[in-house]
Amino acid sequence: MKKTKQLLACLVLMALGLGTAHADYTLNLMKGVTQLSNELYDLHMLILWICVFIGIAVFGTMFYSIYHHRKSKGHKAEQFHENTTVEIIWTIIPTLILVGMAIPATKAVIDLDKVQDSEMSIKVTGKQWYWEYEYLDSGVHFESHLDEASEKTHRDSSMDPRNVPNYLLNVDKPLVVPVGKKIRFLFTAGDVIHSWWVPDLGWKKDANPGFINEAWTSVDKPGTYRGQCTELCGRDHGFMPVVVVAMEQDQYDAWMKATLEKQNQAPDLSDQTRNTLMAKGESVYLKNCVACHQIDGNGISGWFPALRGSAKVTGNMDQLIGFIQAGTSKMPAFKKLPDDELAELITYIRNAPALGNNVGDEIQPNKITPKWDDDE
Amino acid sequence: MTAVVAEHDDHHDHHDHGPEKGVLRWIFTTNHKDIGTLYLVFGLAMFFVGGAMALVIRSELFEPGLQFVDPNFFNSMTTMHALVMVFGAVMPAFVGLANWMIPMMIGAPDMALPRMNNMSFWMLVAGVLLLASTLFMEGGAPSGGWTFYPPLVFQNGKSFPFAIFSVHLLGISSIMGAINVIATIFNMRAPGMTLMKMPLFVWTWLITAFLLIAIMPVFAGAVTMLLTDKFFDTSFFDAAGGGDPVLYQHIFWFFGHPEVYVMILPTFGVASTIIPVFARKPLFGYASMVYATGAIAFLSFIVWAHHMFTVGMPVAGELYFMYATMLIAIPTGVKVFNWTATMWKGSMTFETPMLFSIAFVVLFTMGGFTGLMMSVAPVDFQYHDTYFIVAHFHYTLVPASIFILMAAGYFWLPKWTGNMYNEKIGRLHFWLSAVSVNILFFPQHFLGLAGMPRRIPDYAIQFADWNMVSSIGAFIYGFSQLLFVYIVIDTIRGGTGEKVSDEVWEDASKHSLEWTVPSPAPYHTFSTPPARIPTEHF
Repeated sequence: MKKTKQLLACLVLMALGLGTAHADYTLNLMKGVTQLSNELYDLHMLILWICVFIGIAVFGTMFYSIYHHRKSKGHKAEQFHENTTVEIIWTIIPTLILVGMAIPATKAVIDLDKVQDSEMSIKVTGKQWYWEYEYLDSGVHFESHLDEASEKTHRDSSMDPRNVPNYLLNVDKPLVVPVGKKIRFLFTAGDVIHSWWVPDLGWKKDANPGFINEAWTSVDKPGTYRGQCTELCGRDHGFMPVVVVAMEQDQYDAWMKATLEKQNQAPDLSDQTRNTLMAKGESVYLKNCVACHQIDGNGISGWFPALRGSAKVTGNMDQLIGFIQAGTSKMPAFKKLPDDELAELITYIRNAPALGNNVGDEIQPNKITPKWDDDE
Repeated sequence: MTAVVAEHDDHHDHHDHGPEKGVLRWIFTTNHKDIGTLYLVFGLAMFFVGGAMALVIRSELFEPGLQFVDPNFFNSMTTMHALVMVFGAVMPAFVGLANWMIPMMIGAPDMALPRMNNMSFWMLVAGVLLLASTLFMEGGAPSGGWTFYPPLVFQNGKSFPFAIFSVHLLGISSIMGAINVIATIFNMRAPGMTLMKMPLFVWTWLITAFLLIAIMPVFAGAVTMLLTDKFFDTSFFDAAGGGDPVLYQHIFWFFGHPEVYVMILPTFGVASTIIPVFARKPLFGYASMVYATGAIAFLSFIVWAHHMFTVGMPVAGELYFMYATMLIAIPTGVKVFNWTATMWKGSMTFETPMLFSIAFVVLFTMGGFTGLMMSVAPVDFQYHDTYFIVAHFHYTLVPASIFILMAAGYFWLPKWTGNMYNEKIGRLHFWLSAVSVNILFFPQHFLGLAGMPRRIPDYAIQFADWNMVSSIGAFIYGFSQLLFVYIVIDTIRGGTGEKVSDEVWEDASKHSLEWTVPSPAPYHTFSTPPARIPTEHF
C-alpha cells in the first residue's frame, strides 16, 4: 500500500538523480598506490565486513522477532528478563572481536609513524588558499594554486563545471615526486589550520600554524593523484586541491633540473605589449587576489574592500606599488611578486573591464622601483 | 489515583491551582509541565530553523558549481546549522521531556527548583536569539565551524564575541537545567522508589545531567580563552606567543565528546521506555542498561582525541585513544542487544512511537558501526573530515535522537493533551521520514569514501550523482516533518476525538507512574506521593 508506493517513488527519484549526471563515481575507498594505503584499505574492508556480519546477525534476529512475535499474529508475550549468562556472553564476544581488530590496527598506527630513513624531504605549507611546496634537499620551492579553468568556473555560475577537466581537483603546479623513494613530508601552515589529503597515498595530515607535523609515503606507481584540503580553513576551503604527480626517477630528475634552472633565472624585465601585460595580469590576479577581491573586483562587503572604482587602485601608481608590496593588517604583503608579475598585475587591475576600471595607463616591469625595503 | 483527585479537591477552596491566564502564564510559569511545553515548542521551532539552514546547504550541493550562496555564507550555514540543532533543538527538546516526565515518573509534584527552571528556559531563549542575531551582523554569522577552531575563528567578523557570549548563556542555562534534574531526582522521589527502581529515562537523564555539569564549564573556559586571545592579547592558542592551536582542540573535544552523549543518552532512556510497552514485556536487562549508560558516560570523558587523530599526536596517544574509543562499542552493544532481547518473544504492536523506536535501534546501530570503523585510528586517516563522518554523526543524531524525540512526542502526547493523535498520519510521517532519511544520509558514506571532504560548497564532478540523491532525500525528509507539526496541533485541538484512558497504552501503568494519573495530566500531579510504585517490571 502506501509504503510500497513511497518506496517506488523514491527509487524513481533516485534513478532520475543518477540519470542526469554522467560521471564515474566510486562507492568505496580506493586501494591507493602505496603499501600503506593498501594496508589501510585491507583494514577498512576487514572492519567493514565485521560490521556487516554483526549487522546481519543483530538485525536478522530483530526482524525475525518483529515478524513472528507480534500481537496481530496472536503471539503471547513471555515475561522473561535478566539472564546473567546471556549478558556475559554478549559482553565477551564483542570484546574478543575488538581485540582481533586492535591487533592489525596497532600495526598500522606504527607503520604510519615510520618516517625514519626517508630519502628526501618536502616541506608543505598550507595557506589561504593554496599550498606551498619546498624540496628541502634541492631548494626548489613553488606555490600550487587551483587551476585557472576551475577558478573561473566556480566564480561564474553561468559556466558549467562539467566542461572543466578535473574540476576543482587541478592545480597550476603539481607536487612532483619520484616513485619508489621514501619521502618525508613536513607540514605547517601560514595562517589557519589546513589538512593535506591525497586518498591514494592513504592518509591526511593537519598543517598547524607554528608547528610541524610529519608523515611519509613511497609511491609505487607513476601517475597523477588528486586530493583536497580537508580542514575547514575559511571561505575558499573547497578550492585548494592537492595534486601529486609521481614520475620515474629519470623523469623526476629532468623535471627537478628544469625547475631549478627556471627558479634561478632572473625574471624577464623586458618591455611587453599592453595586451600581454593585461593577459598575464589576469593570471596573476586569479592566483593572488581573486579569493578576496573577487572576479568582478567588488570584494565582499564587510570583509574585503572593492577594487572596482577604488581610489587606491586607480590613483597614484607608486603608492599602489608600495601598498601591494607592504600589505596591510588584513592583506598579506606581496613582496614575493617579481617585478614582471607586479607590473602585469598593476596594469590589469587599473584597466581591466572585468573589474570596471579604466585608467588608460600601463607600467613596464623595468619601471617598478622597490617601494618596500626588505631590511628588517 | 483516586487519592490524587481527592487531595486536589481538598485544596480547591483555598486558592486556585490552575494556570494563570494569558501570555503571562508562559513568561512567569514555574510549573514543570508549562516549562516542559515551552522547551518542547522552542526545540521544535529551532528544529525547523536549523532544518531550513540544512536545506540551504543541500540546495547548494544539489549540483556542482556555485548556484545559490556565497562560500562564506555556506560556511555560516554549516556552522549555524550545527549550533542551532545541538543547542537550540535537540538539547532543549530533551530538557523539555525531562521537565514534563521526570517529576511524573518519580512521583514528585514538580521540579526541585522551579524558579531556576523558569530562568534556565528564558536564558536559553536569550542565548539562541543572540546567536541568531549574528546572522544579520557585518561579516555574517560565525563561519569557522561549530567547533570554533582557532586561528580560523578569529577571522569571523563582528559576530565573534556575540557567538561566544551566546555560548556562555546557553552553557549557564544547561548547567541550571542539569542541577535542577539532579536535585529533583535525588530529593523528590516517591517513597519506595529507590534509585534502581527509577524508570530508565530518569536514570539516563541523571547521568546526562552530571555530564553537562562537568563539561559546560570546560566549554565556557575554552571559548573565553578565545575571547581573551582575540581582544586581550593573550596567546593560549597562538604559537607566536608560546601557545598552541591544538590545545584548543583538546579542550574543545573534552567538552565535545561528552556533549554528543548528552544528546544520545536520554535517547537511550526514551527507547528503553517505549520498546517494553509495545513489546508487552519488561526491559530485558534493567540493571545492565543502567550500568551500560554509566560506562558510556565514563568512557565519553577519556576518548576525546579520537576527533583529532590526524592533528599530529605521538603513537602512544593514537593507540590509547584508539583502544579507549573501541571500548565504547561494548556497552553500546549491550544496549542494542538488550533492546533486541526485549522485543524477542514479545507481543508486539507497531504504533507510531514503536515504529520510530525500532527505526532508531536499527539506524543508530548503523551509526555505531561507522563509529567503530572510525575508532580505528589508522583508517581514520582516510575517513577523517570527509562526508563519511558527516554520514556517521547524522546517523547517530537524526534517525537516532530526532527519531526518538518524535517517538516521545507520539508516545506522551495523549498523556499531555488527553487526546489521541491521528495514527494514520503518524505512520505516514514515520515512513516518509524513515525512507527519506536514508536517501539523505546513506549516499554520504559513498561520497566520503570516494574522497569528498566535508564543509565544501562546491565539489568535483565525480561526487555529483550521490550529492543529488542526498539533496533529494533532504527535501523529502525536511518537508515531511511538517506532518509532525500538523499532528501536534491537531492532537492539541482534539485529535481523533477519542478520549484516551489514564493508561493510554495497554498495560502502560505497569511500566511507569505517569500512566497512573488522569489524561490529560492535571496541572499539578502527585501533590501527595503515589500509593504504589510500579516495580514488577524492574
